[in-house]
Amino acid sequence: MHIFEGFLPSPWWQVWFAISIPVIMYGIYQMNKLVSQRREIVPLLAVAGAFIFVLSSLKLPSVTGSSSHPTGTGMAAILFGPAVTSVLSVIVLLYQSLFLAHGGLTTLGANVFSMGIAGPFVAYALYKVASKAGMNFYLNVFLATAIADWVTYVVTSLQLALAFPFEGSVFASFKMFALVFATTQVPLAIMEGALTALIMKYVVQVKSDVLVGLNVLTSSAATKLREAME
Amino acid sequence: MKLEYLVAIVVILFAAQFFYGVANNPDSEFGGADGEAGDMIAEINPDYEPWFGGIGFEPPGGETESLLFALQAAFGSVVIGYTIGYYKGKGERN
Repeated sequence: MHIFEGFLPSPWWQVWFAISIPVIMYGIYQMNKLVSQRREIVPLLAVAGAFIFVLSSLKLPSVTGSSSHPTGTGMAAILFGPAVTSVLSVIVLLYQSLFLAHGGLTTLGANVFSMGIAGPFVAYALYKVASKAGMNFYLNVFLATAIADWVTYVVTSLQLALAFPFEGSVFASFKMFALVFATTQVPLAIMEGALTALIMKYVVQVKSDVLVGLNVLTSSAATKLREAME
Repeated sequence: MKLEYLVAIVVILFAAQFFYGVANNPDSEFGGADGEAGDMIAEINPDYEPWFGGIGFEPPGGETESLLFALQAAFGSVVIGYTIGYYKGKGERN
């Protein structure tokens, strides 16, 4: 998800800011509302943000011979939806661009879009649909967050392809970038899905009532999951 | 405990794919995919120069960079462990 500083020419860096800013603003509004109406979700919000911090600090090696980061944003997306997740990713991406020279301020809009909006939106949508269809909770979390992680890098490839078409062809360029990003990401995405499923198990264990309050689980589903643990 | 076993299997498979990757790419240093994309941009458009940069702090070397990444991970882990532990303890008392 890290497009380097200065690596998106005009008009692309402005375009991605223009798309991301309204979502971030809506996310801030949603987050304020949630925090003032339901104090009990604050620790869970902290855990979801912290999970993004941990996962995006890990540079994991892949079978392709390069390394990349998981995103960690799928968990926040399932709990709070994509808009709130975009706010949490802004914090992480700012830290990494200001202190680690990873990513950048001019590419922040594009990086927030891929990691904080597109991926999380996919995680949220997949989770909701599969949850309605009655899929096992942990399998659902695993699939939704693994696919979301992978989608983040497909979107990054697309962003780079749009800005740097190969001999005039965006598609040819997309194939080149996706070959690097999307293939490297496959093992990492599976890892991220597994870790997210595991941490969600512990959240169910200690705070299933909050998950019911956030409409992540129905109360009967939460009771069943807790009974299965005993 | 079933989920923990499944996750352990995924971790082992992950290690296996890494070793397979090492065997297949003996010269690779497993650099960042984002750096590789940077090289690709240079290939597609050799004249492209990053038009902006140098605002934030740039770690002077790999040591400082790994420190900052470790701090990021440590901070996140403390928050997760503290919060889940706090509620687990609270739940057990009731």
